[in-house]
Amino acid sequence: MATARNALALGLFSLAMSMTPSLAPTATASPSDLLDYDDARHLLNRAGFGATQAEIQRTVGMTRDQAARSLLDGARTNPVNPPPLWTAETGPLSYPRPGDASDAERKMFQQEQIRKGLELRGWWVGEMLATSSPLTERMTLFWHNHFVSSQQKVRLAWFMYRQNATLRANALGNFGDLLHAVARDPAMVIYLDNAQNRKGSPNENFAREVMELFTLGEGRYSEQDIKEAARAFTGWSLDRSTGQFVFRRFIHDDGVKTVLGRSGNLDGDKVVDILLAQPATAEFITRKLWREFVSPDPDENALRRIAQRFRDSRYDISTALREMLTSDAFYAPENRAALIKSPVELVVGTLRQFGMKPGEATPFAVAAAGMGQNLFAPPNVKGWPGQETWINASTLLARKRFLERLFRSDEAVNGALSGADAQAMVNDASINAIIPRHAVQPQGALDPDKARQARFMRAMERGMSSIPFDSEAWLAQFDASRGASSRGGAAARLLLATAPQSPQDASEPLALVRALVLDASYQLK
Amino acid sequence: MDRRHFLKLAGSIPLCATPVWVTELARSSTPAGADYRKLLLLIELKGGNDGLNTVVPYANPTYYALRPKIGIPREQVVQLSDRVGLHPALEPLLPLWKNRELALLQGVGYPAPNLSHFRSIEIWDTASRSEEYLQDGWLTRAFGAAPTPKSFAADGVIIGSPDLGPLAGGGTRAIALASTEQFLRQARLATLEGQSRNKALAHILKVEADIMQAASHLNANHVFTTEFPSGGFGNAIKTACQIVANEAGVAVVRVTLSGFDTHSGQPATQARLLGDLAGGVVALKSALQELGKWNDTLVLTYAEFGRRPKENLSNGTDHGTASAHFALGGRIAGGLYGDQPSLDRLSGDGNTDYAIDFRRVYATALDRWWGIPSSGPLGGSFTPLPILRA
Repeated sequence: MATARNALALGLFSLAMSMTPSLAPTATASPSDLLDYDDARHLLNRAGFGATQAEIQRTVGMTRDQAARSLLDGARTNPVNPPPLWTAETGPLSYPRPGDASDAERKMFQQEQIRKGLELRGWWVGEMLATSSPLTERMTLFWHNHFVSSQQKVRLAWFMYRQNATLRANALGNFGDLLHAVARDPAMVIYLDNAQNRKGSPNENFAREVMELFTLGEGRYSEQDIKEAARAFTGWSLDRSTGQFVFRRFIHDDGVKTVLGRSGNLDGDKVVDILLAQPATAEFITRKLWREFVSPDPDENALRRIAQRFRDSRYDISTALREMLTSDAFYAPENRAALIKSPVELVVGTLRQFGMKPGEATPFAVAAAGMGQNLFAPPNVKGWPGQETWINASTLLARKRFLERLFRSDEAVNGALSGADAQAMVNDASINAIIPRHAVQPQGALDPDKARQARFMRAMERGMSSIPFDSEAWLAQFDASRGASSRGGAAARLLLATAPQSPQDASEPLALVRALVLDASYQLK
Repeated sequence: MDRRHFLKLAGSIPLCATPVWVTELARSSTPAGADYRKLLLLIELKGGNDGLNTVVPYANPTYYALRPKIGIPREQVVQLSDRVGLHPALEPLLPLWKNRELALLQGVGYPAPNLSHFRSIEIWDTASRSEEYLQDGWLTRAFGAAPTPKSFAADGVIIGSPDLGPLAGGGTRAIALASTEQFLRQARLATLEGQSRNKALAHILKVEADIMQAASHLNANHVFTTEFPSGGFGNAIKTACQIVANEAGVAVVRVTLSGFDTHSGQPATQARLLGDLAGGVVALKSALQELGKWNDTLVLTYAEFGRRPKENLSNGTDHGTASAHFALGGRIAGGLYGDQPSLDRLSGDGNTDYAIDFRRVYATALDRWWGIPSSGPLGGSFTPLPILRA
């Protein structure tokens, strides 16, 4: 486990520790505020991906505030892993039209975008695995599910990458800056049709969602506000030759608009500022953060207090998160194990927790998609609804199949994905969006597509089977502190947020690990 | 009388005097007359089947003007009336038509249509309005209001796609499987783990219990004399029949036939797919007759949308709006319903208006087939179609 990543994390951690005495306002922390093992595990799993034993032990004994700061201070705003090379060049940025290109050329272009989209998913999951700043990736994912755009509509992978970079750069920064940036983000301009929003024939899609889903929440505005705001965003478009946002003055409506009682020749930025001035915005975002990090049912008093601090800080996201991650509600017993891991958390968390380091992460992005979370392609503008909707008979079996396969054997080569499993993954409806449609047709007549499908499945198999895992060595980490007889209990305490639901009577190391990850409690955080 | 009203009535009876039958009725909570022994079998034509080349208005010159290359030549159309006929690949359905077991629903759609695959199928699956986002599928809401018998293997089984579609969302007992054998193998990973007061955990445990219940009731042991077509769709139909053959009931089965997104080279692709559909339906009827269940089965097709009347430059068609759909079964009042698309009055983007709101088709299944009130689950009152014989 002594890897470069951990060394880096340790370095950041000691840096944070050396800074805390001057920063910590809670000098009067009582001993009960000091995090014990379960507190530390709770915090790291809620604010990251599957904490390891070592990471937990480094957090034990900190105050709540120190622990929160160790996650927030110095959090990354850029990725550890370099993005795919093609992200550096723009290339052609529009889909060839039927008149301008042959069917074969258009198909090739489409397949190129699908391939890049897959590569992008693999890169992001790889970043979640490698990062020293897991909270940055969790928040990037949070904003991806808030400011939803989908490659299914945007089509060009390059725009999706650009949006991801914007979300990461501002993930723990300022919500106002982020909202302004998203309003002119090319992927968003395409996704919510603002490219079609012009004077005289306004498209209200972005104006509606920016109020309903991005800031105020339903019922805090009128239909008239939407109509007027849509006029303010006319001409907010993108230049397909450069891939950059462009303001097209000649299709912008310069008339007087009234949004939420404020009148004038408003443009898009002014409307965004009007939305940020509404107290409802801070509450709406805080409520969503609460559901992500604390519990499905917010405590209204605590929520209002945190929303107020968020607003007072002029929308500093780190401030809201620090308030939340140090609150009594966050550590309350009734909120432990109250949330269901998302597919990405389950997949990435498992790999991190067991120190598994795949060379290629794309198969794991595909695995998460098979469980209902296809990155860069949320189901609709409202995003993944999360929590209990993650689990149905189909997705629960997909989760268990994934875990069973990962821990089927200590021998890496035998952990291979079966042909049937790969087929099931490729057939997944949510995968259809990222794999060529014909390639998933069992009755598909086109041979090149079948060949590509076969190549894809082989690549997935190789990827999934490339991870060695030594269950005996992994369990041995618990021996030093607890003695061999109770290491099953220690492993359960690390892996499960609440008591196991099935009897854990296995003694053989691999069987023990497998029983723990297949327990219903392992789905919780 | 709806369930809520009944419970209120039952609740108004003094507790000490509550006769046993009242509490029993309240508990069973399925409205009188609800008959989930009748099967609903949904066939999704995924990708958006071209309705205009399925039920062909061969007597309309505008049709051939819009489709000079991909229009079905008049002499190839399987003529049903002096105005419309079927795609030639659907000829195997002619005996059902003549037997009046096939209803053709023309122009099924909804107001303010969305042309995105993902959004439009979501509208169909949740029976939402065009601008409304709902989480639960329309059948999930229906089963929530009028539960199926507890003894059933599941509320519904989804074959060949993990996407639960109309059965998505909380509460419903929906099982997705590719084949019964594979499901039974995978179900071994589920364990019966009891209950919990933790809401999230309770949900997971309930889903595990649903998997166990389905696995304990389902098998693929029935031997049919019917021969099922080879290929993916034929296998899905066979799996559907195996599930129907099991003692423990299911209220709904959904199978999916994919590949209808025919932006280019439509004629060959659609002919192959409609051939698969026709072959599958013929085998389905034969197998269900073996089981004595053809008269207790309602088959409905659906899709996210139809396709644009004007062909594109790639021998294909782009995303459209309303489309033609099939209703089949032993109790169908066969014939033509709805209206032919008015090809002379297309919308700005070149699409047709709808003649039948898709929620009327759903209302038919809920009100007339199962006998459960449809206005709650469908979020409004929709008039059922007169496609069922008494």
